[in-house]
Amino acid sequence: MATRDEIKFLSNPNIGQQRKKYCRFRKFGIRHIDYKDPDFLLQFVNDQGKILPRRITGNSLKYQKKVAIAVKRARHLAMLPYVADQLK
Amino acid sequence: MRNYEVTFIVDPVLSDTEIKSTMSTYEELLMNENASIVHVNEMGLKQLAYPIKKRTTGVYYSIEYSSESGALIPKMELALRRDERIMRFLTISLDKYGVKYNDDKRNGLIGKKKAADEAPKAEVKKTEAPKAEAPKPAAPKPEPTEVKAEAVAAPVAAAVVAESTSPVNNNEEE
Repeated sequence: MATRDEIKFLSNPNIGQQRKKYCRFRKFGIRHIDYKDPDFLLQFVNDQGKILPRRITGNSLKYQKKVAIAVKRARHLAMLPYVADQLK
Repeated sequence: MRNYEVTFIVDPVLSDTEIKSTMSTYEELLMNENASIVHVNEMGLKQLAYPIKKRTTGVYYSIEYSSESGALIPKMELALRRDERIMRFLTISLDKYGVKYNDDKRNGLIGKKKAADEAPKAEVKKTEAPKAEAPKPAAPKPEPTEVKAEAVAAPVAAAVVAESTSPVNNNEEE
């Protein structure tokens, strides 16, 4: 018979746990967000090209503002679309 | 000294020499205004995210410069606005982090940093997951000698599950 120790691993204990969100800019010490890097900014917009809210990205207020500015600059320079369908 | 960066899109229909000359006119304009050009970034022909003036591609240029005051910017922008070869432009002022970022990027630190950033992200997640998993499988392994196969299989399965869940979590962030 399997002991209790082994039964513990038959299902993943991490299932159902909420992973804590964090601000990647604070965590990795990124101080400047480049508007000329659309691939990076693509992480902060949804399929329609809308900027994702903080509650989803987990950014701190300071960096969410910078992300929003960078996305808007990139849109102006046609590096990101203003409106899109199935951007990703 | 203040640091600025101007990015503009040149009409791709022009010939190479015309595009080059467009570029150099603005370099000269900046020189005449006593601005010191830090770097000229030729980003080249790129696909536009949406059409501008019925063009779907554009030649991107970015000039980083520093000047004593921002007095030359209205002149520069007026010239850019009047120029038919320019499709779009954007002038921004750079703070010290922006200057450092551009400097690092030129020295190839950012590319590495970015790769490193992504790598630690992946690594952190990978190391986090096995770290959480590793001590546990190590502990039960010595005890049950009879059911080695199961004991080995289970942690592997757990590790696989953990790895497969981490990308899902990545996606959730986006």
